[in-house]
Amino acid sequence: MSLTHAQVSHIADLAKLELTDIEIERMTQQLAAILEYAERLNELDTDAIPPTASVIPNQNVMRADVVTPSLTREQVLQNAPDTDAAHEFFRVRAILED
Amino acid sequence: MPTVTKLPELTALRAAELLRAGEISSVELTRAVLERIDAHDNKIHAYLHVTTERALENAARADEQLRDARRTGDHAGSPLRGVPMSIKDVISTRNVVTTAGSRILENFLPVYNATVIEKLQNAGALLIGKTNPDEFAMGSSTENSGYGVTRNPWDLERVPGGSSGGSAAAMAADEGIFALGTDTGGSVRQPASLTSTVGLRPSYGRVSRWGVIAFASSLDQVGPMTKDVRDAALILSIIAGHDAHDSTTVNAPVPNYLNALELAGTIHESPLRGVRVGVPREYFVEGMARAVETTIRAAISHLESLGAEIHEVSLPHTAYALPTYYILAPAEASANLARYDGVKYGPRADVPGDVWDVMRATRGQGFGPEVKRRIMLGTYALSTGYYDAYYLKAQKVRTLIKRDFDQAFDQVDVLVSAASPTPAFRIGEKSDDPLQMYLADVFTLAQALAGIPAMSIPAGFSDGLPIGLQLMARAFEEEKMLRVAYAYEQTTDWHKRKPKLV
Repeated sequence: MSLTHAQVSHIADLAKLELTDIEIERMTQQLAAILEYAERLNELDTDAIPPTASVIPNQNVMRADVVTPSLTREQVLQNAPDTDAAHEFFRVRAILED
Repeated sequence: MPTVTKLPELTALRAAELLRAGEISSVELTRAVLERIDAHDNKIHAYLHVTTERALENAARADEQLRDARRTGDHAGSPLRGVPMSIKDVISTRNVVTTAGSRILENFLPVYNATVIEKLQNAGALLIGKTNPDEFAMGSSTENSGYGVTRNPWDLERVPGGSSGGSAAAMAADEGIFALGTDTGGSVRQPASLTSTVGLRPSYGRVSRWGVIAFASSLDQVGPMTKDVRDAALILSIIAGHDAHDSTTVNAPVPNYLNALELAGTIHESPLRGVRVGVPREYFVEGMARAVETTIRAAISHLESLGAEIHEVSLPHTAYALPTYYILAPAEASANLARYDGVKYGPRADVPGDVWDVMRATRGQGFGPEVKRRIMLGTYALSTGYYDAYYLKAQKVRTLIKRDFDQAFDQVDVLVSAASPTPAFRIGEKSDDPLQMYLADVFTLAQALAGIPAMSIPAGFSDGLPIGLQLMARAFEEEKMLRVAYAYEQTTDWHKRKPKLV
């Protein structure tokens, strides 16, 4: 198993994770070692084996469609690093070009 | 009546009895634990945050309620009235800072309690502090916390295990009465093993994760970390049960786990007669410390002397649990941790650029190395072109691992093994080699993948370092495991030994 600097950089971009060159360098080696270890799973023939996503039976959980109390706007915003002056919404840098 | 200096050594059950009888007050008990923390936590660092004022206020209130209850004779519904609790910092506590050991949640104030906290508070328990975890519960040593390492009370140069190392260390050092941890791949059992305490991972679906900061949702469970088996049973009875807020909780009746033990306790001779104990041969592997193997073999002989039938069994896919886990857990983590974007909570990086630059920088600065590694690994395993080769493959092998246990439990009632391949290792010993660190979990991953309950109890020492015995049972058969654990504990005295703290 080998990974390139460019591949790791691409994964970091998908994960929205800023990494320094040193981190990417180290990560390239470490991820390759872990993935190589994981390749021993290929020793097993699993063609006829169904995957397990959860150990409990998956079923839709339904509830009555009624309004129940939820967090207040103040509670939702209380941990935000930035809000508008009236504390009514989260504020981020511009997303749309003008 | 116990002397004041002994109060922190109490178990939850004994403390609750003394409180109900009026022999001690909650304020006395809480103060004694706080003093113990003051005296020793500067060396151990089990806690990230001690809620001194709030705890003493709640203790005073509990004392009033206890006085009222003694007058009316009605103690119903509050089995833990006035008993302090130590909570792993990945579990949300309303208006008490909860960081998950991560800088990306520095100063985060939850707006609601986790269901397990609500349940324990309804039972009368009061929060005394939040314990140090590996960041987002990712690790086996508590060295990955963004707020410093926790040290093992048995040897301050060694790790307490992880990721619930703070809770385990608090129990070992009597810096608390009972604790909660979380176990995604061994994070309750491995630290219990390394600190001579009791750690129980319940069946998947037994305990609600509502309000527990998510790591890998198909694996995460909350479990009691205590000083003895009866406390583990008591706490599990309180936190277990269906929760409308967590659709993975199973709507099955919650047994009184403590009563299950008391029944077993009444049979004095051969308490384990007729109990079939399986010994999986794959759990005695190369790389396991000789002292651990000797200790576990001795524990098995002891169970036999208590009347248990010992059967060798095979779990043939055991060796694949580690690679399976280290694909699935990071994959789920990479999705769960996408929410830390510097918008809703946590600090935001102050950098130039657009919204994406800010997000990348926030995550790059806020997450520590192990969390970054797992996000990267998980993102890779889920990315186009690799999903089938890694993620889907691992999900299929998970099926094989689960089947191994299904078949074994057709033959035996419980399985036993070591919880950790070695006693506590030195701080720094494995921090530069992630794969070596992952091997510390080699005996605790398969149970999590299979969703079965498992626990570690004190079973001996090697050069002064604790060794834990792991017990496992079929899903939702915690009683069987607890009965065997209790019989072992009541006929040994490992759990009574305490580390010498200067």
